[in-house]
Amino acid sequence: MAVIKYDILVCGGTGCRASESHRLVENLNKELILHNLEKEVKVVTTGCFGFCEKGPIVKIIPDNTFYTQVSPWDANEIIEEHLIKGRKIERLLYVDPTSQLGIDDSKHMDFYKKQLRIALRNCGFINPENIEESISRNGYAALAKALEHMTPETVIDEIKRSGLRGRGGGGFPTGLKWDIARKNVNEIKYVVCNADEGDPGAFMDRSILEGDPHAVIEAMAICGYCTGANHGLIYIRAEYPLAIKRLRIAIDQAREYGLLGDNILGSGFGFDVELRYGAGAFVCGEETALIHSMEGKRGEPTVKPPFPAEKGYRNKPTNVNNVETFANIPVILLKGAEWFSSIGTEKSKGTKVFALAGKINNVGLIEVPMGTTLREVIFDIGGGIKGGKKFKGVQTGGPSGGCLTEKHLDIPIDFDNLIEAGSMMGSGGLIVMDEDDCMVAMSKFFLEFTVEESCGKCAPCRIGNKRLHEILHRITEGKSSRAELATLKNLCMVIKDTSLCGLGQTSPNPILSTMENFLDEYNDHVDNHKCAAGRCKSLLKYYIDREECVGCTACARICPVNAIVGEKKQLHAINQQICIKCGACMDKCKFNAIVLS
Amino acid sequence: MAKIKTLDDLRKLRDSLRTDMNIRENSEHPDRVVQVRVAMSTCGITSGAKETMDFFVSELKKRQINAVVTQTGCMSYCYAEPTVEITLPGQHPVVFGNVDNKKADELIESYIKKGELVDGIIPINHIEVDQNNRRI
Repeated sequence: MAVIKYDILVCGGTGCRASESHRLVENLNKELILHNLEKEVKVVTTGCFGFCEKGPIVKIIPDNTFYTQVSPWDANEIIEEHLIKGRKIERLLYVDPTSQLGIDDSKHMDFYKKQLRIALRNCGFINPENIEESISRNGYAALAKALEHMTPETVIDEIKRSGLRGRGGGGFPTGLKWDIARKNVNEIKYVVCNADEGDPGAFMDRSILEGDPHAVIEAMAICGYCTGANHGLIYIRAEYPLAIKRLRIAIDQAREYGLLGDNILGSGFGFDVELRYGAGAFVCGEETALIHSMEGKRGEPTVKPPFPAEKGYRNKPTNVNNVETFANIPVILLKGAEWFSSIGTEKSKGTKVFALAGKINNVGLIEVPMGTTLREVIFDIGGGIKGGKKFKGVQTGGPSGGCLTEKHLDIPIDFDNLIEAGSMMGSGGLIVMDEDDCMVAMSKFFLEFTVEESCGKCAPCRIGNKRLHEILHRITEGKSSRAELATLKNLCMVIKDTSLCGLGQTSPNPILSTMENFLDEYNDHVDNHKCAAGRCKSLLKYYIDREECVGCTACARICPVNAIVGEKKQLHAINQQICIKCGACMDKCKFNAIVLS
Repeated sequence: MAKIKTLDDLRKLRDSLRTDMNIRENSEHPDRVVQVRVAMSTCGITSGAKETMDFFVSELKKRQINAVVTQTGCMSYCYAEPTVEITLPGQHPVVFGNVDNKKADELIESYIKKGELVDGIIPINHIEVDQNNRRI
């Protein structure tokens, strides 16, 4: 009998699929059959490896070779060279940016060295569409342990002692939340998983659901056991089709194996999970709005209290937790609260998943212990700034968070430190900015998002954010004044204090934090009508250098609005009234005669 | 699939599935398990390295020894093919020559299980020769 000698793990996350990793899987399987190796080699589609920058990722087991940017056409070479001849394919190895040497083992890559993967433990390791691979990695063992050996109180106590705090952004102690839901007596209760991940540039929850859906389902059942709920609902955005597909498969398999449904593992406890689709509104990440959306009402928040733990979905006690929070639960029960609380800082235990995005070399998904510094995350794991440019700032917590600068790089990341520094943890998006980014334009971008996403229920958020956006627009056009900067700040404070829900209460954060850290830049825009980063187009002027122009007419021909005039072999000129500042002339000119000021 | 009814059922299922996942689990921490590297160059394969490798993979699994069996390219000991390098956890690698199935069986029983060295070690002076080689 032939035994499996190799596993080929291919990333099947959304990012790598977009680069045709599913076709690579097809090709690998075809090649295996051609070479009569199909009984010795298993091709496994896994969840996200995290190293999205260099996707699609392929890992060959057992020699742990880590190949990056593998195209469907590399299948033949992988089989013939690597599997048959035992030679590693140099050109597909990850090249270390400092030593310029190919690294064949992911353990030696800086990207993975400082990571500790708890919530992502199975991502990039198991086939998420196969419950048996999950079970072999202790899937559902925590649920079984809870049902057989623990009372709901002891489970809650364990979670409390572990110090786990909500990973959706608020950082509320999870054990306490469960306890409150438990104490609200009602025949029907609900457990809700908040998978409405809306921050621009964030993809933590999506990757967990795509890579390890069973962990979330198991944790929801544990939560149901603790709080006395028999119904679970996952609120997920309809724009995550792959995560939805894998969740559906996972739920069906769990039912088939008797791990969901009535009388789970003979305990008498029954639990089932359903999916609810969101249409992609940012405000529905707020728990009351999320519940309304699930009830088929408009996705608008309501005043708390009553908290969902008292009156939630269909007015029944409801416990809402984020995907990543749930993904931590099974490990805590299996390894114990002491183990979990030994990781992290004094008040923030465990790890946090971050999605690295923006001007960073290693765009991707990482998980680090709380207390890791931003410098380690951005420079060691993230590989520094793209193109060797200078680091300027990092937006943590998405549009609700703030922008941190060079001076904040060495603070250990945890819930409280980030708030103290004027930002917040949020759900874990990290958008890195370099010297070419204008902070005013960046704030404007986030405000554009919050204006669009405001549900319109309360006036401060609906009207106030619109006004903030208008002021920012005027600043970037060079039509503002110092007095208006003061108004801007005042308005921010009012919106923060008077908005109904988290969306409005946090939407001014990007402005406040950039005004705090980059006030010079705001002043420069207002006083001198200058944008040092060269982002605010209205403040820029393209003109032609008299010395350099040879009159080749290339710029005049490329200009989409015919703003450039001049005869052949004569000096050209740009009509500033017509110029739309698209920069096409600058790209086209071979003589560096177009200058920006 | 019959439903899992008790914690015991789940454990049994997990343990039965684990052997299939061992290949992945062990590769995460190769230094903690026995590592066997079989030289699979042309001369190795003609001397039977493929059979030797198959033997190691299936027998180690059968005898429930946690191990990582990988193949490498030519180790340059063509006179002693098939050659196999075995690294026990925390020890230096040892290279054995002329490893057919019989020898492989002996290696598993004596060296891997009990740590007793057996005949057929490629002597250390060859490794020195190796070090003097400049491979570019």
